[in-house]
Amino acid sequence: MPETLFDKLWSLHRVAEVGQGECLLHLDRIFLHERTGSVALLSLERAGRRIRSPERVFCTMDHIVDTRPGRGDETQVPHGAHFIAATRDSARRAGIRLFDVNDPRQGIGHVIAAELGIVLPGMSVVCPDSHTCTLGALGALAWGIGSTEAEHALATGTLRVSRPRSMRVSFDGRVPAGVTPKDLIIHLISCFGSQAATGHAVEFAGPAIEAMPVEGRATLCNMAVEMGAFTGLVAPDERTVRYVRGREYAPTGALWEQAAEHWSALHSDSDALFDRELQIDCAAVAPSVTWGTNPEQAVPIGGRVPHPDSFADSHRASAAARALQYMDLAPGTPTDTIRVDAAFIGSCTNSRLSDLRAAAGYLKGRRIAPWIRALCVPGSSSVKRAAEAEGLDEVFRRAGFEWREAGCSLCFHAGGESFGGQRVISSTNRNFQGRQGPGARTHLGSPLTVAASACRGYICAAEPTE
Amino acid sequence: MKPQPFTVHRGIAAPLLTRNIDTDTIIPSRKIQRVSKQGLGDGLFAGWRYRAPDSREPDPEFILNRDGYRDASILLAGANFGCGSSREHAVWALGEFGIRAVLAPSFGSIFRNNCTLNGILAVALKDSTIRTLADWVQTDPRSNQLQIDLQNQVIEWKVGGTLAFEIEPAKRRLLLQGLDGIAVTLQRTSAIDEFEVADRAVRPWVYRLPEPPIAQPGNRPGNRGP
Repeated sequence: MPETLFDKLWSLHRVAEVGQGECLLHLDRIFLHERTGSVALLSLERAGRRIRSPERVFCTMDHIVDTRPGRGDETQVPHGAHFIAATRDSARRAGIRLFDVNDPRQGIGHVIAAELGIVLPGMSVVCPDSHTCTLGALGALAWGIGSTEAEHALATGTLRVSRPRSMRVSFDGRVPAGVTPKDLIIHLISCFGSQAATGHAVEFAGPAIEAMPVEGRATLCNMAVEMGAFTGLVAPDERTVRYVRGREYAPTGALWEQAAEHWSALHSDSDALFDRELQIDCAAVAPSVTWGTNPEQAVPIGGRVPHPDSFADSHRASAAARALQYMDLAPGTPTDTIRVDAAFIGSCTNSRLSDLRAAAGYLKGRRIAPWIRALCVPGSSSVKRAAEAEGLDEVFRRAGFEWREAGCSLCFHAGGESFGGQRVISSTNRNFQGRQGPGARTHLGSPLTVAASACRGYICAAEPTE
Repeated sequence: MKPQPFTVHRGIAAPLLTRNIDTDTIIPSRKIQRVSKQGLGDGLFAGWRYRAPDSREPDPEFILNRDGYRDASILLAGANFGCGSSREHAVWALGEFGIRAVLAPSFGSIFRNNCTLNGILAVALKDSTIRTLADWVQTDPRSNQLQIDLQNQVIEWKVGGTLAFEIEPAKRRLLLQGLDGIAVTLQRTSAIDEFEVADRAVRPWVYRLPEPPIAQPGNRPGNRGP
């Protein structure tokens, strides 16, 4: 019987069928952070329960931690220091690995789990964070859970899961110059909607994926949850193996050979059947940007903000009308005439070295528009060091960007720093109402689009340089 | 922890039919100020419920501030309710406000799991059914209450009007009995042990990590749950 990659991963981690359609899945790694992991650790402790395998549990400080230079435990988030201290204390008591505020390995959980080799192809990993699916880029079975499920995961090393359906999205055709993985995923979500993959494990496949570096695959998988997916996946290949080799927690020697051999079988069989298949013609994709308050509300840059009446579905039409009101945009506005107040490069979607290089490549020798506040927040302390070694920090600073310490930063507003009331071009994943501050109006785009828009002061795509 | 069992619930239903209401909207991150599952009800829908970000002055336009809906315990919602962030605080906030059930055409998957684990029933119904219920409720919200019977999987609305719904058996069982999921799974500890022994032989690199764990007294690797 031919199997999909997801079928294989599911079988690999199945402990038992537990009835009523649920399966007990084994968890190889559990990741936590100070925002939602702290409450799970505390609650578990209060219930008098222990972590089954603390040596396979990892925790980072990313959500609340300050990203201004010279940071410590203090943050601008009200009671932020409390989250940090509580997490540190719980992690110590629980005996789990913690990448603390000033640890050289600290960073956004989904970024460091890959770059440290903590999560490897074929592994199962959960984290009380919806963007855990990012790690599907390595061919890992990675999904986001709540804090109560995290307690279950910690106490038992397993979770009860109803098996999702399978979907494959094939990216065919040649990707035009200037079109990035972020544009591909925004395009996909805008074509099929934010519920297109609800209840599905989505495998991204096709020539464009095979040619895509692992970091780009991470951007795609990261936003699988924005189309409702249980997870996103890319089959591990030579690129994946090269990416993983030599990472701090990756196996070495004979163990490495054994692992690599095991990973080579992790792909969908050629005649495997999926519950649903979607196709994207990459040649038809342009740099894209969101105009509304959900990632599905997007158009190619240069296109116009749609009229609510243009949606056949009445719910989409009323959602569009509400979104335009919040975004203070008139239907028909050309997207490249939208003036922005701020620019943000960062988040688990687009904060890796390749993202910073793409933006810096554009910013070199340029300045942001005088009215713009612009931030670049590396995804990890290690990304930050690597960028500085290449001089990218200087490029960002000279262009007028603030250069920050690693963390989630202004991807979301937790009561501290804010883009409140401002219009932001952002390399993040969510343009929800108030996400980046009360009244903040977020337009999602690629790091390249953020860089170009920051310089022009209006939303625009970078001129292709091919 | 055991959630409150859900068997039969009767209450006022508030229509909030917007599509894609995300968990940032249900509880903005700025309203999560403690490492706790409590103290969140006040922040529920804060961006819509109050006139200004830092005020507690109710916005009279918002459905849960309107006459007849202030004591709502059921939400009638639009598609993809609870999409976005996994923050369980959204569910804790709904629970603290007094919401026991959410009826919508579809849900964010993590949100829906979080509901079930906290004794809140999330039922998927056809869009047209949600609209029909909303129309009926709106004519007199205090009198036109919904009664949701999870045991028999029916909703009673207008006189003689019942509609059947379906929910996954595992979720139904968890809700009806208010089970502690961890305790249930810990009964399978030997199966988990056996799995790991076999798996360790096949995938040893998963279990052998290059640096020793930060062992603490009372919580050494290999310790099993109670």
